[in-house]
Amino acid sequence: MTQAEVLPPRLVWQEAEVRRIVQQTPTVKSFFLAPPAWHGFVAGQHIDVRLTAPDGYQAQRSYSIGSPPEAAEVELVIERLSTGEVSPFFHEVVQVGDMIEMRGPIGGHFDWQASDGGPVLLIGGGSGVVPLVSMLRHRAAAAPDVKMGLVYSARRFEDVIFRDELLARAAAEPDFALHLALTREAAPVAGHRHGRIDRAFIAEALAGLGAPPKLCFVCGATAFVEVASMFLVEIGVPFAAIRTERYGGTPAEDPIKADVAPEE
Amino acid sequence: MATRGFFGRRPADDAAKRLPPGQYLERGFPVLSAGPTPHVDMASWTFTLKVGPRPVKKWTWGQFTALPRTAIHKDIHCVTKWTKLDTDWDGVSVDAILADAGVTPPTPWLLAHSFDGYTTNVPYKDVAGDMGIVATSYDGAPISPDHGGPARLLVPHLYFWKSAKWINGLQFTERDEPGFWELRGYHIYGDPWREQRFTGDP
Repeated sequence: MTQAEVLPPRLVWQEAEVRRIVQQTPTVKSFFLAPPAWHGFVAGQHIDVRLTAPDGYQAQRSYSIGSPPEAAEVELVIERLSTGEVSPFFHEVVQVGDMIEMRGPIGGHFDWQASDGGPVLLIGGGSGVVPLVSMLRHRAAAAPDVKMGLVYSARRFEDVIFRDELLARAAAEPDFALHLALTREAAPVAGHRHGRIDRAFIAEALAGLGAPPKLCFVCGATAFVEVASMFLVEIGVPFAAIRTERYGGTPAEDPIKADVAPEE
Repeated sequence: MATRGFFGRRPADDAAKRLPPGQYLERGFPVLSAGPTPHVDMASWTFTLKVGPRPVKKWTWGQFTALPRTAIHKDIHCVTKWTKLDTDWDGVSVDAILADAGVTPPTPWLLAHSFDGYTTNVPYKDVAGDMGIVATSYDGAPISPDHGGPARLLVPHLYFWKSAKWINGLQFTERDEPGFWELRGYHIYGDPWREQRFTGDP
């Protein structure tokens, strides 16, 4: 599908039922939504959520989709930050059966589909991994022969979102490689890094692709994305092959996918 | 319809009045871009004014920053939902650029171009007078590369993606040409007060 086919002429608000809620890490939950009028999306895109208080006050936030286009439900992966306005609501209040107003899909740059080909290097920091996992899942379903690597920086092993799935994919899928970097402890599995990502770590992941990357996707907090994308440029990846999403908002705010949409 | 169990956290009344629909108050200054941050060398920096495909005038950094200056104190609104109040910018108004080039607007439409290949469209009427500047200073200091320095367009009454980072030229176009994000589902005009975020929003 091309972007024009995916994006409807107008993104209308619709009420989506929460079908399932899954605790992913101590601070991250997945919310599986079933929007009634949904015409597909491209891996990497996001949706907007709109919450309305009894007096009419509204808050909107953007969240990446973690599920692949092939899935029946839309999976939002939300990290709880205690000082946020919206993420604590999702974590403490939202239950299965609730209706959440949303619209989307949104975004036409930080996305990947099978026809884009590869090799592809994905670099995620913290919950920045969410749109990258959508791409990984789509690859497994639609183009498992495309070489893809994921460099994923998290604090601790328990904070690695989709950890079991990622480790299982790395073991089972010959053309997918996982490169974990844990900043606060050593990984209890072999072959991963204790420490921040650096140029050598990214260069190694690139070398593992066997050919120059066609595209690199970098997503996470601003400082993380600045550093990781700078490493890619320094290693010699063409500027135009690097697509980024930076989390907006201050650290005290919701870990919203502010980066998914444009500021420029 | 109200969302079950949601009460929200409203900003103070004075700030609330300045928040367009769907926006929240941001005290930091988030950085959002579609790619890596380009580090533009001042020695090779140029700014080009074009009418259609034809370059009309080109300025070096020294020539450009010697043009008459305009200061802007405004709130800015990012389509990703944050609004930052009371930002201070300084730069060269689009009208000052046109005056220096001896150009009267030949069409109603402008397309801004950036060093990284980014483009965005803005009607001339939205940058006329002191409504739009090519900013070279933020909060009294040079604009850092991650915020679009050395120079970025500033059109504060439209969503901030219209304020193109790393600008290197303005082009009058024969029709309203959608730019980078406008081709990717975002609104052709982008008025925050009418919440024109996406294609087709009224």
